[in-house]
Amino acid sequence: MAKRIEVKDLNIYYGGFHAVESVELTVEPRTVTAFIGPSGCGKSTVLRTLNRMHEVIPGAYCTGQVLLDGADLYGKGVDPVAVRRNVGMVFQRANPFPAMSIRDNVVAGLRLNGVKNHKALDEVAEKALRGANLWDEVKDRLDRSGASLSGGQQQRLCIARATAVEPEVLLMDEPCSALDPISTLAIEDLINELKEKFTVVIVTHNMQQAARVSDRTAFFNLKAQGEPGRLVEINATDKIFSNPTEKATEDYISGRFG
Amino acid sequence: MTSTSTTSPAADAVEHELDLTRPSGSRTARNGCASAFMVFATLLAVIPLVWVLWSAISKGIGSLLSASWWTSAMDSADQAKWGALHAIVGTIEIGVITSVISIPIALLTAIYLVEYARGKKIARVISFAVDVLTGVPSIVAALFIFALVVTTLGGHQSAWAASLALVILMVPTVLRSTEEMLKLVPDSLREASFALGIPKWKTIVSVVLPTSISGIITGIVLGLARVMGETAPLIVLLQFNQYFTVNPNTPTFATLPTIISNAYTQGSADTPTVWGAALTLIILVMGLNIIAKAISRRYLRRMGK
Ligand SMILES: Nc1ncnc2c1ncn2[C@@H]1O[C@H](COP(=O)(O)OP(=O)(O)OP(=O)(O)O)[C@@H](O)[C@H]1O
Ligand SMILES: [Mg+2]
Repeated sequence: MAKRIEVKDLNIYYGGFHAVESVELTVEPRTVTAFIGPSGCGKSTVLRTLNRMHEVIPGAYCTGQVLLDGADLYGKGVDPVAVRRNVGMVFQRANPFPAMSIRDNVVAGLRLNGVKNHKALDEVAEKALRGANLWDEVKDRLDRSGASLSGGQQQRLCIARATAVEPEVLLMDEPCSALDPISTLAIEDLINELKEKFTVVIVTHNMQQAARVSDRTAFFNLKAQGEPGRLVEINATDKIFSNPTEKATEDYISGRFG
Repeated sequence: MTSTSTTSPAADAVEHELDLTRPSGSRTARNGCASAFMVFATLLAVIPLVWVLWSAISKGIGSLLSASWWTSAMDSADQAKWGALHAIVGTIEIGVITSVISIPIALLTAIYLVEYARGKKIARVISFAVDVLTGVPSIVAALFIFALVVTTLGGHQSAWAASLALVILMVPTVLRSTEEMLKLVPDSLREASFALGIPKWKTIVSVVLPTSISGIITGIVLGLARVMGETAPLIVLLQFNQYFTVNPNTPTFATLPTIISNAYTQGSADTPTVWGAALTLIILVMGLNIIAKAISRRYLRRMGK
C-alpha cells in the first residue's frame, strides 16, 4: 500500500528566513526518488516537510500543499503523529536512544505505540537488523546501550529502527554518508527491497548512489548565495544523468559546479 | 603587547631549528608562584572544613556509639539514657513530606518549561521567578509560612508547616537542576522519536526522562540534602520536643537542627548530646550526597558510552 506524494507550491521558512521556494514535485508509489544538490540548498528541509518534522523546529513553518494519496498533510485536523506513523524518516546524523538497548531501539516505534508481544518484537528486531546489515555485529549484545555502537553502526541501527515500523513512505537523509562500501551496498539492497512495497525518498551526495538506487532524481540548487533554494529539475534518473534539460543540472553532475 | 619588541615565535620557528626545551626564567618563576598561591588558597578552604568535621566526630562520636542514641528519645529521667531517635525520625519525616510535595511540583514544572513552553514568553517569566525564589533566604520562607498558616489561616506550628517552608526552598533548586538536565537531552532524540510516530507525552516519558533520569535524581537528592540541614524554618515553625512523636500535626516536634539550636538558647551548646546531633545530621546529609555522587557517576558512564 505505497503512497503517492504530490508537493504543490511549497515554500519553506525558518522564522524570517525563506529557505526553499515554490517546490512542485510528484513521487510515484513504489519508486525511489533521489534528491541531489549542493550543501545548504534545502534538500533536508524539503524532506522534513514531507512528514511534518519541519515544524518541530521553533519558528519553522511552510506554505503550500503536500498530498499523500490526495490527502493534504497540512490540512485542517490532520494529526502530525498519524502522518509520521505513515511517513518514516532516517536522519542525516545518527540518533539512537542512549537509554535504550539495541533491541529496544529497533522496536521503539512499535513498543511505544502499544505492541507488547515480546516474541513478535524480537522477530521484527532481527528482521530489521538483518535488513540494515547490522545483525551479525550486534546479535550477541542486543541488550547493550544503543550508544555503545560505532558511528556507522549507529546509523544502521537508525535505519533498522525506521524500517521496523514499516512506514508507507520512508524518507532517508544521507543514510550512507557514514558507512563503508559494504554496508552502503547492503543499504542500497535494502532500499531496492523496500521499493517493492513502499515509497522511498533519499537525499544523497553520492551521484553513483543516486544513479544506482533511484528511479527518479530531483536536482535542487540555490539561485544565488542568500536566495532561497529551489527545485531545478526532476526527471527519470537515466535522463538526469545522461541528458538533463537544465544547464545547471549538467554542470552539477559533471562536477563543473560553481 | 609584549610581543612588539621580540620576534614572534612563528617567525622564529621558520628561521631557527625547532626548540622544544622548557623556557627558564620568568615564565617558570611565575608558574611556580601561581602554583604556590593555589595550594595556599586550597589549604585555606580545606582546613576549616576538616576542623569542623574533626570537632563533630571527636566530640559527637561518643553519643553515637551508645545504643540508646538510636533507640530512645530525651524523655527518661536518667540523662545517660537519652538518645536522638525522636529527632532523627523527625528530620527524616520532614524530609519525606518535603520531598513528596516538592518533587512532583518541580518535575512537572521543569517538563512544562522545557518540553512545552520553550522559547515562549511564559517560560522566561517563570524562569525569572524561579531564579528569584532560588535566592530566598530560609528565614523569609519560614516567616512567609508562619504568616500564612498561623496568622492568616489561624492554624498552628507543625511539621506540616515546617515542611511547607522547606518546599519553598527545595522546589526552585530541584526545578532548576531538572530543567538543565532536560535541556541536555539532544533535540535529535526527540525528533527521532517523533519521526517514529510516537506522541509527544510518550516521547517525554519513554525517551527524554530515561535519558536524563540519573541527572534528575542527583538534583533531587542534592536539593533534599540542602533543605535537610535548614534550621530557620524549624525554629520558627516548630517547638522543641523531648518526646518521641511521628504526628506531623503537633506544634512540638523534634528534629536534629532544633536539638542544637535549643541547647544553644539554654546555654549548654558544647555538650556530647549537641555534638552527637550535629554529627548525625552531617552523616545524614553526607549520605545523601554520596548517593547523589554514585548516581551521577553511573549517569556519566552511560552518557559517555
Ligand atoms: N534549524 C535551522 N534553523 C535555521 N535555518 C536552518 C535550519 N536548518 C537549516 N537551515 C537553513 O536552511 C537552508 C537549507 O538547509 P538544509 O539543511 O535543508 O540543506 P541541505 O541541502 O540538506 O544541505 P546538506 O547537503 O549540507 O545536508 C540552509 O541555508 C540552512 O542554513
Ligand atoms: Mg541535509
